[in-house]
Order: sequence, then C-alpha cells, then structure tokens
Amino acid sequence: MHDMSAHAHVAHHAPPTGFIRKYVFSLDHKVIGKQYYGLALVAVLVGMFLSWLMRMHLGWTNFAIPGLHLLSSNGAPGDVMTPEFYLQLMTMHGTIMVFFVLTTAPFAAFGNYFLPIQVGAEDMPFPHFNMMSFWVTFAGFIPLIASFFVSDGPTLGGWTQYAPLSAVGTVGGPGEGTGVVLWAISIALFCVGQLLGALNFITTTLDMRTKGMSLWRMPLTVWGWFITSIMGLTAFAVLMPACVLLILDHVAGTSFFVPSNLVINDQLQPHSGGSTLLWQHLFWFFGHPEVYIAIVPGMGIVSHVLITNLRRPLLSHRVMVYSMGALAVLSYMVYGHHMFVSGMNPVSSIAFSFPTLVITIPSTIIVLIWLGSLYGAKIQINSASLFALGFISMFISGGVSGFFLAQPSIDIMLHATYFVVGHFHMVMGVAAMFGIFAGTYFWFPKMFGRMMNETLGKLHFWLTFVGTYCIFMPFHYLGLAGNIRRYQAFVPDYMQPLIPVHKFITIAALATGAAQLIFVYNLIHSRYWGEPAPENPWHATSLEWSTPSSPPPFDNFGGTLPVVYHDPYQYGIEGSSGDYVMQTSPEKIQTKSDES
Amino acid sequence: MATTVHEPPRIQDIRDPARVSSGSGNGGWRDLVPEGGDLHRVQEYAPPPSSTAIWVLLAAISMSFAALTSALVVRKGGAVDWRHFTLPSILYWNTLVLLTSSVTLEISRRRVASFMGGLKAALGTSARWLYATLFLGFLFVAGQYFAWRELSARGLYLATNPSSSFFYVFTAAHGLHVLGGLAALVRVIYKLNHFTLRRSTFDATARYWHFMDVLWVYLLLLLWMKL
Amino acid sequence: MAKLFAVTIIVIAILSAIPILRHTWWMAPDISTHGQPIDEQMSETMAEAGISFLASQLLLAYFIWRFSKPKPGEKIKNFPGGAMGLVIAAFLLVGTEVLALGAFGAKAWANIYFTAPAANAMPVQVQAGQFAFYFRYPGPDGSFGPIHPDMVSESNQNFFGIDVDHDPDSKDDIVTAEMAIPVNREIHLLMHSKDVGHAFFVPELRVHQDFVPGLDLSIHFTATKIGRYEIVCTQLCGLGHYNMKAYLSVMSQDDFDKWLKQQAANQ
Repeated sequence: MHDMSAHAHVAHHAPPTGFIRKYVFSLDHKVIGKQYYGLALVAVLVGMFLSWLMRMHLGWTNFAIPGLHLLSSNGAPGDVMTPEFYLQLMTMHGTIMVFFVLTTAPFAAFGNYFLPIQVGAEDMPFPHFNMMSFWVTFAGFIPLIASFFVSDGPTLGGWTQYAPLSAVGTVGGPGEGTGVVLWAISIALFCVGQLLGALNFITTTLDMRTKGMSLWRMPLTVWGWFITSIMGLTAFAVLMPACVLLILDHVAGTSFFVPSNLVINDQLQPHSGGSTLLWQHLFWFFGHPEVYIAIVPGMGIVSHVLITNLRRPLLSHRVMVYSMGALAVLSYMVYGHHMFVSGMNPVSSIAFSFPTLVITIPSTIIVLIWLGSLYGAKIQINSASLFALGFISMFISGGVSGFFLAQPSIDIMLHATYFVVGHFHMVMGVAAMFGIFAGTYFWFPKMFGRMMNETLGKLHFWLTFVGTYCIFMPFHYLGLAGNIRRYQAFVPDYMQPLIPVHKFITIAALATGAAQLIFVYNLIHSRYWGEPAPENPWHATSLEWSTPSSPPPFDNFGGTLPVVYHDPYQYGIEGSSGDYVMQTSPEKIQTKSDES
Repeated sequence: MATTVHEPPRIQDIRDPARVSSGSGNGGWRDLVPEGGDLHRVQEYAPPPSSTAIWVLLAAISMSFAALTSALVVRKGGAVDWRHFTLPSILYWNTLVLLTSSVTLEISRRRVASFMGGLKAALGTSARWLYATLFLGFLFVAGQYFAWRELSARGLYLATNPSSSFFYVFTAAHGLHVLGGLAALVRVIYKLNHFTLRRSTFDATARYWHFMDVLWVYLLLLLWMKL
Repeated sequence: MAKLFAVTIIVIAILSAIPILRHTWWMAPDISTHGQPIDEQMSETMAEAGISFLASQLLLAYFIWRFSKPKPGEKIKNFPGGAMGLVIAAFLLVGTEVLALGAFGAKAWANIYFTAPAANAMPVQVQAGQFAFYFRYPGPDGSFGPIHPDMVSESNQNFFGIDVDHDPDSKDDIVTAEMAIPVNREIHLLMHSKDVGHAFFVPELRVHQDFVPGLDLSIHFTATKIGRYEIVCTQLCGLGHYNMKAYLSVMSQDDFDKWLKQQAANQ
C-alpha cells in the first residue's frame, strides 16, 4: 500500500456517466471551473445591473425607474428609490462583485480549469473537496440573493459592514435586520468554499506536477494561482470567525463589537464593552489581502496572454514571480491604511503607511517588466492581447492614485470620498475584469473547441476601454473636490456643482454596461456556432495547448501524462513548428553557448 | 506530439552572447534538460498530496484561532465589564482524555505502518486501538458538553459576559473541528476494514488529530490565563 | 489597430491630466493653520503621480505603436539594461520617492496628531448620532456636565442626556445644532458618538476624523478665515447618512460672543 509516485495518488476514475455526475456534481476540475465561471457570469450581470440602478439614482435622484417597485415594494414606492434602498443596492453590488466575481472568475474559474492541465496533472488530488468547494460557494450566493426577499431587505452597511451599525440589529434602521445575518452567513460559506479550493490549488501545484515540470517551468498563471491560494488560505480563515462573531452580536446578544451606552431611537442599547475597531482590524486584515487575491491571478493571466502575443518571454520570469510573491507578503502589513482616521492610534497610521508606500515597488517592477517586454517584441493584436495590454493601462491608472491614499496626511482629504472609489474600481474592478476578458478570449478555443468572434471581441474591447475610463477617471476629480461616497444624493451646498459630473458618469456607465452584452452574446453564440478552433490557435507553448483535443478529454491528456522538456515560454526561437517550442516537445533548442 | 527526437535547424543565438545567462535559468531561453535528454536530474518523487493538504488545512485553522485569540485580547484589554470565572474542572479531565486518545491513535498508526511496511504479518490489534481513539474522542466531546452544562448552571451563558462569550465560542469552534476529526477517523476505520486504506491517508488523519490536541492545550492555557 | 490603440491611450492620458492641471475640480482653499503641509504634500504627490502616470502610459502607447508591425526578419530585442536595470530603477526612483513622501507626510501628520491642544484652546463638544450633529459649549463655568445615556431623548430635545437638575456643571451648558467658532482661536473638539460610527469632515479646515462609539476622542485645530462652511458625515451610519451635515460658522471673537449669548438665551 506504499504509494511513492505522485500519479497514483489521484484515483484513476473512469469517465463519469449520467447527467448529474457529468454536469452537476462533477468531480472533474474542468467542469468545476466552468461552473465557477457560470456563477461569476450570473453574479457580474446582477452586480452590473445593481450598479445601473445606483448610477441612475445618483444622476437623477428622484427619477422613477420603471419597474423598480418589483424589486422591492418597500424600497421603491412609486418606483422612486428610497435612501435605504440605495444603500442596500450598493452593499449588494460591492459584496457580489468583490466575492462572487473578482475572487471567483480569475481564481476559482480559470484556476480550477487550467491549473492541473498546466502542471500536467490529470485532475486535482482531492476532487470531492473540489466539488464541495464549488457547491459551498454557490450555497453562499443563495443567502445573499435571498436577502432581497426578506421583509427588511438586504443589509445596507456596505460590503465592509462596520460595527456597531451592522451588529446592533433592526434598531439601527431598515436593512439592519435579517439581511445582516444572511450577509454574514453568505460570506462565511464563501470563505469555507474558497478554503477548500485553496487546499486543492496548493496541493496540485506542489505535488501533482508531471515529469520535468519543475517549479520554475510552471507558467506564470500557475504562479499567480498558487500565490493567491496561499493568501486566500490565511485571509479567508480570519474573515470567517469574524463573521461568526458578528452573527452572535446580532442574534445572540453578545457584545464583541458593540460598546456600552449606545442610544438608538432614544433607547439605551443592552450591549456593553465591545470594540468597534476590533471589527475593522479583523475585516481589513482579511480585506487587504483580498484585493490582492482579486488582482494577482489577473496578473498571471495577463502575463501569460501577453507573452504568447509578444512572441517572446518576459524580460525576467523570476523577477515577475518574486514580485507577485512580494505583493502577497506585503499585503498583510498594509491593512491599516483603510483605518488612518478611524480613531486608532495615530502612530499606527504612520506605521501602516510605510509598507503601503513600499508595496508600490513590486507593483512598479511588475508594470516595468511588462513594459520592458513590449520593447523589441512582435506584438500580435487580437481581443485577448488588447485586453491584456488594456490591463496594464488600467493598473497604471488605478495604481497611481494609490500613492495619495497611502499617506495619512493626504488621506485626511481623500478618505471616504469618490477618490477612493475611483482608485479601487480602476485598479481592482476594471483591471481584474480585463484580466478575466483576456483569459476568456484566449482560452475559449481550448475550453469549447471554437473561436470567439474576433470582430465582436474587438468592438467589446474598444467600448469597454474607453467607457471605463469615462466612468472612473472622473471619480478622482469628484473625490478631490470632496464628494463623499456612499451618499444616495448630494445635499451639501459644496457638492451641488458636482452633480452634472455624476450625470455624465451615469450615461457612460449605462453605455459601457450595454457594451458588455456584446461579450455575453459572443460567449453564447460562439459556444454553439463559433468557428471550429485549431489545436493551437495562438501557437502557444504551455501544456494546455498540448492536450489531444479541445476541450481536453476528461483526464486531460488522453491516458498518458506529458513529459516536460522546456521552460514555459520558449518563443522567438526557431522551432520545428514556428517561432516557438512547446513545453512537451522533445526537440532540442540549441544556443550558441551549447554549440562549443 | 513527436515521438522521435528530430534535430531542428541550427539556429543563431539571437541574444548577445556576452549576456547569455550562466545557468541561473532566468526562464528566458535555456533548457533545463541537458543535451543528452537525461531526465533523472529532474525530481521524480513528490510527497503524497494528503500530507501537503493537512499542513494547508492546519495553517488555515491556526489562522482562524489566531483571529479569535486577538479578538479575545482586544476585547479584554479595552473593556471594564470583564468578569473572571473559574473554568469547570471537568475541562482538565477532558484534556487528559484527548491526550490519551492521541496516544492510542499513535499506537494504532505505528502498528498499521509496520504492517504496511512488511514488518508485521497481520494487522492484529491495530483496529482496536483505533476504536479506542474514537471512543475517547466522543468522550471528550461529551465532556465538553458537560462543561457547558456546568457553566449554564452557574448562570453563565453565551451573552452573559464577554468572558463566557469567548469560552463558548472557543470551545464550540474547537469541538466542531474535533467532530470533523472523528468523522475522518470513522473513514479511516472503514477503509482499514475494507483494505483500501492508504498510509498517507492515515498519517494525514493522525496529524490532524494530534493538532486538535495541541490546539486544545493552547486553548486551555489561553482560557485559564485570560478568563 | 495597434496604432489606433496607442493614440487612444495617449489621448485618454492627456485628457485625464487636463482637469488636474487646470484644477477644474479641486480641494477648497485651506482655512486652517495646519493645512499647509497637507496641501504641499498633495501637490508633491500629484506632481510625482502625474509624471509616473503620463510617462508610463506614454511609454505603453509608444511601445505598442513601435513594436506591433514587425518587419519580416526583424529579431526580438531585449530592453537595454534588461530586467535588472528596471528593478534597480524601480528601487531607486520609486523607493526614494515613496520614502521621501512618507517622511514628509509623517511630519504633516505629526503636526496634527502628535501635538497636544494649547492650554487656552476653547473646548467644544460635538455629538454625532443618527442623523445629525449637535454641539455643546461649556458655558461660563468652563466645564461640561456629564452625559447620561439613559437620559438621552431626541423627543425631549435632550440630545446630550444632561441632567440639569442634579449636575451643577450642566446648568450653563449650551447645546446648539450649528457650530460656531471664533477665528484664529484654537478649538479643542471633543468627539462623542451617540450610537453608531460617524465621522467629522470639514474640507476647508483640513480636518477629518471618525467618531468611535465607546471611545471619546478629541482633535484640535484653528480656523483662519471667517466664513460659513459645512461639516459632513463620511462614515456610513444608516439611511440618513447622505443628509447628515451641519454648518460651521467662523466668526470674529465679538460676533462669536454675541452668538453664544443668544444661544444661551435659547436654552
């Protein structure tokens, strides 16, 4: 019963039969990856729809949006959004987008599908846990949607759910009832699901690599997913108990986060002694690594797509890996920059600002490596590479605004303004979405055996690139002018001149949102009626392009595991099939130094 | 995929030869597989995934309990409403029970390992030690329940005082993880009886169980000091 | 298409920079004594961020333009200096820049937070609650009466829960819905939250601080320009968060004394 070789550890399961086993409760990492993608797709459409409602209201506050009362009769009497309903929509928008789109798509969806293939494995070592990870995550989505249907509606405390507002219960106002508990349950389930996923990702990367696949021969996508899993492991493990404590404060009368002597509606609250800052510390200890969890897989995907379309490897593979690792490590030391004016010790604010400023160094290195790799390359333009290049532009724009927010003295002016909202939307929201798009256009042929429509893809790119700049660049100006965030309407005198800017943004948002429907159409149409894809349409080198079919067979490589002979990005050289040599190709590459 | 190795056309080194990296394998252009195509240089043996998986799981669990610990420290430090209470004495008996269960588990594991390694002829009493572990595990959980009963008899419930809140939260969290460990033990027993048990599975389960011990001792100390 | 993309990036970068350079939407002018270092920090950072932004977007655009239609036979080239050059550049340029920003910013911050209020600073208490700010002045005796949470009542207009009958210090306390302060006089602002988290932000005053329920903290500042400004809540506190604001009037000392007398009469 000794099992010494890696390959015997995966049960060589026979191909699944039956609809349920094949498509519903599947053990196949590829199906699980597609299920995650589907979940993310549904979530992003919901999240985007919520943002349309928010933007309509911000541009035209008393506008009656036809049919809104169907979403909530309390929240939209006469189809006009109430203030609390705005906040509820905003909270759901943020929660759904951060968790169920930005963590799910680049990491869980693409990672599940491609990580095992790219390291040459048949599947992940714990397929049952993997299946559970998807269904638990899906189960986490349900309470969130369900909160729209409880009497009090969803929680309105923002995706950050600061105590004591989130912990005191219905007395805090509409939206602070069952909705909060549902939110906390949803997030706790999400955390468990992702932990199960991280388990598989880490063990696959460390233990399931095929012959010849040393760590340095793994593509950058694998490094991105691997580093992200390690972050996820530690970050989600902290958020989950925090959510449990929040639920207890809410339903069981404990006082972890609620201090004494609070008076709400003229009633003294029964809690005592809790610490509101404790919630913030626990939340942001998770929250900051979370934003890197959202972006690092995108960096891996963009690197991978870019390299293939530059026809050369990056200027330095190792520096890219070390920089992503440095981001992950530093991400734990910076979380207090969300709390500069929170009332924590002002010395801590200075302490947190230094690692926050230092983290710009690995981020800059990553951007410079990309830029430096463009130099002297042979850039191929297609939908995937356009989004990959667009990611670089977005990450620069979003990252640069971070310089301001990293400094407590400047944060005095920018905290809780639209400047922050612009920053995180560009650097995390839009950039990560571009990474997801790049990955989709790139890998669609492998996943479905068909090409996506290039014309539609390019159209999607142009509208999205220009559109997202039109939406989010003005946020920074609004923030500088003191426009406070999470306001459902702009009442203070000094904000009146800013309302026309909001109208412009709303129009841009609706138009850009509509453009995303081109992508959805392209996805669905190409899935069934797209051009059949050649085996290796991008002339790429990594293992996913050496599977015997597209989509790959259930065990990925048709019974024989590949052997890896080369580094992942052998481009720009003379190989037998072109200017590249695939990792699995046994042909030798000769360099001048070998010749002697 | 080619099944024969063919010689590609000779190529120039496109890079400046003066800047050829000398073996640091910068990932750009050089092969790691030497000219002779000998793959023995490349590692063939990988650790069993269950072993890595358990460490990953234990890391996550540790982070969760670390978060709860810092919550305890902050909550206690900042408030004037903290009321100390003495821990129910049954907790110390429970500790003994849990530690003993680790011993019985280890005995069983080593016996099974010797059998698998060909050093012993038969499984012998290995299964019985496993059942003993299972029994002691359930005894521990029951004991924890009695500790809760004793506390509530004293009027200390979940929301009575932050100290009691943390007591219940910590013991409940640990207890739930112990129940998970018991389920894993049942699975091991089942596989052992059906001769499908892998060494790595048993080792991983045992490691998890021992960690529950270590975690419990840590929690006991923490609760005893702080509560 | 690559050239079009390159041009688009350049156009977007320049269009983005224009409102910044022209200060089309900008911070309100500073009326505080501690705001100058903050504004200087902001300008410094804006210059460095602006240069980084424009340089990198322009470089991206140029490379896309230049390297997207390779001539046949053209070889792949390495960036001069290679990766190491870029890493060193990043460490040197970005490293020194951020350390400098950090150090100077720390000074600006310390100026505000690590100095104690002056001995003769005028104490004013502000209480934040869903969804209004209320202010309390200590009156001639110079001390605030204690807050009794169980006596807080919006309906009885006893916002601070003061017990005039039993606490002598409370008798002369003046509670208002608007804040007024004398110009050029240091104010010691005592912050108390009645219920959930709120924040106090006056952009012109360069003051921004969260209230922490359960923790009464304080800040201090001096206003240098007479005028009427707005205090806004910036910490999400419930449905009325958007509407939670108060006016801050900075007056001459004489006008302030008159105002205070009038408020006292209205108690």
